[in-house]
Amino acid sequence: MTATVRAGRVSLRVEPASVLLGAAAWTAAVAVALHAVTVGDYPMPLSTVLDTLAGHGTLLTYDVVVRNRLPRALVALLVGAALGSAGMVLQRIARNPLVSPDVIGVGAGASAGAVVVIVVAGAGATAVAAGALTGAVVASATVYAVAARGAAHRLVLIGIGVTALANAAASFLLTRSDRYAAKQAATWLVGDVAGRSWPDVLTVAAGLAIGAPVVLLLTRHLRLLELGDDVARSLDGRIGAARAALVAAAVALTALATAAAGPIAFVALVAPQIVRRVLGPRSAGVLPAAGVGALVVVSADLAARRLFSPDELPAGVLTAAVGAPVLLYLLVLVSRRSG
Amino acid sequence: MGLTLGVVAAAGLSLLVGIQPVTPADVVLALTAPAGRPADAVVLHLRVPRTAAGLLAGAGLGLAGAVAQGLTRNPLAGPEVLGVNGGAALAGVVAIALVGVGPLGGYVWFCFAGAALALGAVLAIASAGRDGATPVKIAMAGAAVSALLFSLTSAIVLRDHDLFERFRFWLVGSLTRADLPIVLQAVPFLAAGTVLALALTRPLDAAALGDDAARSIGARPALLRGSAIAAVVVLAGTATAVAGPVGFVGLVVPHAARALAGAANVRVLPLSALLGALVLLLADVVGRVVLRPEEVQVGVTAAVLGAPVFLYLLRRRRVGGL
Repeated sequence: MTATVRAGRVSLRVEPASVLLGAAAWTAAVAVALHAVTVGDYPMPLSTVLDTLAGHGTLLTYDVVVRNRLPRALVALLVGAALGSAGMVLQRIARNPLVSPDVIGVGAGASAGAVVVIVVAGAGATAVAAGALTGAVVASATVYAVAARGAAHRLVLIGIGVTALANAAASFLLTRSDRYAAKQAATWLVGDVAGRSWPDVLTVAAGLAIGAPVVLLLTRHLRLLELGDDVARSLDGRIGAARAALVAAAVALTALATAAAGPIAFVALVAPQIVRRVLGPRSAGVLPAAGVGALVVVSADLAARRLFSPDELPAGVLTAAVGAPVLLYLLVLVSRRSG
Repeated sequence: MGLTLGVVAAAGLSLLVGIQPVTPADVVLALTAPAGRPADAVVLHLRVPRTAAGLLAGAGLGLAGAVAQGLTRNPLAGPEVLGVNGGAALAGVVAIALVGVGPLGGYVWFCFAGAALALGAVLAIASAGRDGATPVKIAMAGAAVSALLFSLTSAIVLRDHDLFERFRFWLVGSLTRADLPIVLQAVPFLAAGTVLALALTRPLDAAALGDDAARSIGARPALLRGSAIAAVVVLAGTATAVAGPVGFVGLVVPHAARALAGAANVRVLPLSALLGALVLLLADVVGRVVLRPEEVQVGVTAAVLGAPVFLYLLRRRRVGGL
C-alpha cells in the first residue's frame, strides 16, 4: 500500500507500514534512552530528570543528567541512527544484505584513522573525527579500487583484507602508547558509548547533518539502483552521480559515528535487516532503519550497563554477540537462495 | 635446500639484530662458551628464545595453512580465516585470566579447545546451504566468528589494567615475551602436529581428486578430514599459544610454496613449514629495525606484509564463485 504526499512541486511516496515501523522504533528508542538516563549508581525518577532538563535541578542532578547520562544516551541514539541508515543505503545499492560498512572495511578504516589521532596527537573530538573520516575514505577508496567492478561477494572479501590491515595498524599504535592511553584506545576500538560527552554528541550530529539530507533527498533513487546498473542507467542517465553521493553519505555517516563511539559492531548490518524482515522485500525506507539502529544501540548499552553490574561491558561487545550470528544466518540464507 | 639455508640465515639475523647491538662473535661465544658477559645474557635470554619461538610458530602456522588449504581445496583457508587463531586466543585468555592456568603446558590445551570449537563452527556454518563450503562463505563465516571472538576477548582483557597490560602485546601477535621454558614446552605439541600433518600428505593428494576417487584407491575421507582438522588445531593452536594470534602467515605461505613446488602436497607441506618459519622470523627482524629504537610487534609486520598478498590473491584468482 502506497500513499503519495504532495506539497507544491515536491511529491513523496509514503509507505504507511514503513512510517509506522519508523515511528514505533523511534518511540521505543527514545523511551529506552530516557529510562537509561534514570538508572545507574544514582537512580532518579523520570520527573527529576525532566525537571533537571527544564532547568530546575540541583547541582548534583544537573551533573548526573546533563553532564554524564544525557550525552551518553544521545550518542547511542544518534550513532545507532547513523549506522542503521548507512547500512540500509549500502545494502540496497549493492543489492546484497552482507554489504554493510563494517563488513567492507569502512568502520575499521575509520577506527584506525581515529586511533592514529588519539595515540599520536592525543587530540580532541574534532581532530579524532577528522582522523576517522580520513581513515574511512582511505579504506573505502582502497576497497573500491581493488574490487573495481567486481560482484558484491568480492567486495566483502576485499573488505575483510582491508579490515585486517586497518586493525593491524590500530593494534600497532596500541602497543606503542603508554598503558593508560592504550587502554583508552582499546576500549574505544571495541565500540562503546560509556563516558561520552557533548563534543561526541556534536561529532555524530555533524555526521547526520552531512549525511542525512543527502540520503533523504536521494532515497527515491535507491529503488532505481536496486534494479541493477544497466536498467538504472537506461531509466535515468544521471544515476551514477546519485549513487556516488549516496555512497559518500554512507561513508561520512559511518566515519563520524565511529569517531564518536568506536566501531559498534554489526549495527549497520543488523538494523536494515530487521526492517526488511518486518516490512517484507517490497519497501524498506531509511528512516525506519535509522530508528531500529538507534533502538539497537541504546538497548545494547543499557544491557551492557545493567546485566553485568557492577561491571560494565562496552556496548560493542553486546552488539557483536548479537550481530555475528545474524551475519552468519544471512550468509547461509543468501547462499541457499542462490544455490 | 636453498630454503633451509635461508631459514638458517634468518635465524642468524634474528640472533644478531635488535636494540642491544651484538656481533657475530658475541653470538658464537655466547652459544659455545657463555661466561656471564652482558652480550651472553642478551643472546641467551632474549634472542635465542625469541628466535626459537619464531621458528616454531612460523613453521606451525605455515604447515597448518597448507593442511587447511589442502583439505578444503580453498585458497582462502588460512588458520586465521578459519577462526582458529581467534578461538585459540580467546581460550588462552580465558585460561590465564579467569581460570588462572599458568604455564604453557596448561593453557595450550585451552588453546586447542578454543581453536577446535572456532574451526568447527566456521566449517559448519560455511557448509550450510546447497552450494557447500565455498571460499567466499568460509571467509565470511570466519570473519564473523573472528569479530565475535575478538570482542569477547577484549571484554575479558579490558576488565582491569593488569590483565590488559599482560595481554596487549600477546594479543597483537608478538615474540618478545617468549622465554625458553615456554618454547621448550611447545616443542612436543608442534612435533606431534607436524608428524600428523606430514603423514597426511598422500591422502590429501588423493582427496584432491574427489571423495569417490580417493575412496577407490583406499583412502578414507572421514578419517582424513578428522586427522587434518586435528593437525590444524594442534599446529595453529600451539603457534598461537607461543606467539599470539599472528595473521596472514598461514594464509599466504602455502601459496608461495605452491608457486615454488607445484600442487603436490608431498612438497607443499614441508616447504610451507620452512617458508612459514622464514617469513615469521624475517617479519620479526623487520619489526625490530624498522622503527628503531622501538619495536613493531610481529603480528603487525606480518599483517602489513601479508594483507596486500591476500588482496592480490583475490584480484588475480577469480576465487570460487566470484
